[in-house]
Amino acid sequence: MKTIYMDNNATTKVADEVLEAMLPYFTRLYGNPSSMHTFGGQVGQRIHDAREQVALLLGAMPEEIVFTSCGTESDNSAIRSALMTRPDKKHIVISRVEHPAIRTLCSHLSTQGYKITELPVDKNGILDLENLEKSLTPDTAIVSLMWGNNETGVIFPVEEAARMAHDKGIIFHTDAVQSTGKIPINMKNNVIDMLSISGHKLHAPKGIGVLYIRRGTKFSPFLIGGHQEKGRRGGTENAAGIAGLGKACELAAKNMEKENTHVRSLRDKLERGLLSRISHSRVNGDIQNRLPNTTNISFEFVEGEAILLLMNELGICASSGSACTSGSLQPSHVLRAMGVPFTMAHGSIRFSLSVYNTEEEVDFVIEKMPAIIERLRGMSPFWTQTQQTCTNQ
Amino acid sequence: MWEYTDKVKEHFLNPRNVGEIENPDGVAEVGSLACGDALKLTFKLDENKRIKDAKFKTFGCASAIASSSALTEMIKGMTVDEALKVSNQDIAQYLGGLPDEKMHCSVMGQQALEKAVENYRGAPALEAGAKIICECFGVTDKEIERAIRENNLSTVEDVTNYTKAGGGCGNCQDAIAQILERVKAETTTIARPKLTNLQKIRLIEETIEREIRPSLKQDGGDIAVIDIIGNRVIVATRGACATCNASGITLKNFVEHRLKELVSQDIIVEEASK
Repeated sequence: MKTIYMDNNATTKVADEVLEAMLPYFTRLYGNPSSMHTFGGQVGQRIHDAREQVALLLGAMPEEIVFTSCGTESDNSAIRSALMTRPDKKHIVISRVEHPAIRTLCSHLSTQGYKITELPVDKNGILDLENLEKSLTPDTAIVSLMWGNNETGVIFPVEEAARMAHDKGIIFHTDAVQSTGKIPINMKNNVIDMLSISGHKLHAPKGIGVLYIRRGTKFSPFLIGGHQEKGRRGGTENAAGIAGLGKACELAAKNMEKENTHVRSLRDKLERGLLSRISHSRVNGDIQNRLPNTTNISFEFVEGEAILLLMNELGICASSGSACTSGSLQPSHVLRAMGVPFTMAHGSIRFSLSVYNTEEEVDFVIEKMPAIIERLRGMSPFWTQTQQTCTNQ
Repeated sequence: MWEYTDKVKEHFLNPRNVGEIENPDGVAEVGSLACGDALKLTFKLDENKRIKDAKFKTFGCASAIASSSALTEMIKGMTVDEALKVSNQDIAQYLGGLPDEKMHCSVMGQQALEKAVENYRGAPALEAGAKIICECFGVTDKEIERAIRENNLSTVEDVTNYTKAGGGCGNCQDAIAQILERVKAETTTIARPKLTNLQKIRLIEETIEREIRPSLKQDGGDIAVIDIIGNRVIVATRGACATCNASGITLKNFVEHRLKELVSQDIIVEEASK
């Protein structure tokens, strides 16, 4: 059975070019980049090049790029650094829809004397900057807001938010894990202090991430050890991962236009196709301000895990915000923050595409989904009741 | 990804007995859309009062659908009394096991069955004396107690996995912890050996602290334990009690009575000489 992969916000395929760029560092070029000899030094040279490739995608300077192990490490490093360098300040501002890497860290910090403000979003997942303005206090150490939401794709106005924070002398961090490579980012045009990237969301492998730290930003390392990354992140470099991420950033820059034309049109076709063929379905999240690859659709009266498993039978991969998929009993915190009714949230499916998806795949999913939803609705005790109410009206 | 057994997958992909029986002998609906799973069960009896047919409609995840399917297969041919003996463990076992976090799916099946039988017998929907503990998921104290006893649960998390109670807003987690303690105490009281002196002293102190002092304080009085000699509890009255002519009656009728009830029948309460 062919796999139709539409779960690219979870992780992506490693691009062939990326794998090729990595292989030598698993085989021939195993030297330690910190070594004095040429054998190790050449690995250091590749890391240097990769740093430039990443910087180029972000419009940053190479020395502003610190390689980490993942997006979560980058997020943790950023928040903890802001708190360490401003020990007198005890207030953190985030949003209610942040990734667990931020939310869980902050709820942990809230037990250690820090005060956390979680900004609300509206029914479309949009952040009101007035609320941000009001939340900032002289005690605020850092504001951390995600650039693009992993579940809905909704884009936050982080560049404006960063200016607001800066006007009050507050550090601004953004989790750009989902937006990097999908929408243009140019650090020359904003005042964001720190930004997190995860390699495996843009066709590099798992286990490599980046924390961008704007030049001049005070930084306190999270991993303390050797002199690697100019003392900002101890630990021998993941040379193969770094080489891969460098290549992936180069490809992302090249594919940026395709992402916003080809991928966007596939996503739109999928969305239109499903909404028009399946009644009682709707999109979660703002349609305009959205990453080009993501759509989050709720199918009412059926449950997400059951939908995913039937899709799985056909080789279609996606995600759900349903409670059952996570093991918790409540549906996704993002959908709840948007006030999506539980009845809708339980049946939410996130499709996230990439440049590797084809029109045939989209057509296949559009063709197969109606029967899946119909089959589960046929088993649902709520469905016939609703149908009857509808006909009665 | 959940680790479902082949049997769970098979019952999810090819569920048996989906639908609703017209003019059923018993019918029940449990769960709700908001909960994330719900089940409507209907059954019909034959002339020998055995379940001839059972059908379900379920909104929920794979294990909820598989549990419903399994339940309807299991109870066919049973009398209602036999069916009532089917526990959530039996349903899970029939499916070759369920992940811990999904045990509530089997509990939902067992609850639906119980309610459908009640419906058949014309009994009230809510078990006599049952009280809703978890508002989010509508779980009663009786249901929680039953799940604790039948599955030998020991933590609030276990209870949530099995009944969903406490998995929403979390406000009832303290109440669940109390039920857990109560059920555990029941099982230990039966087997409890005679109290040691130290245990008795502690229990007396705890009982006075929890059951007696709050009531006395409401009337402006108070009490302090001066000494415990064998079964004699020597106390001093304080506040309003110290000047009250009826304090002797309070000590005998209230303090001693409570201690006899909660600690030991042999307790005698005496007032310390002033």
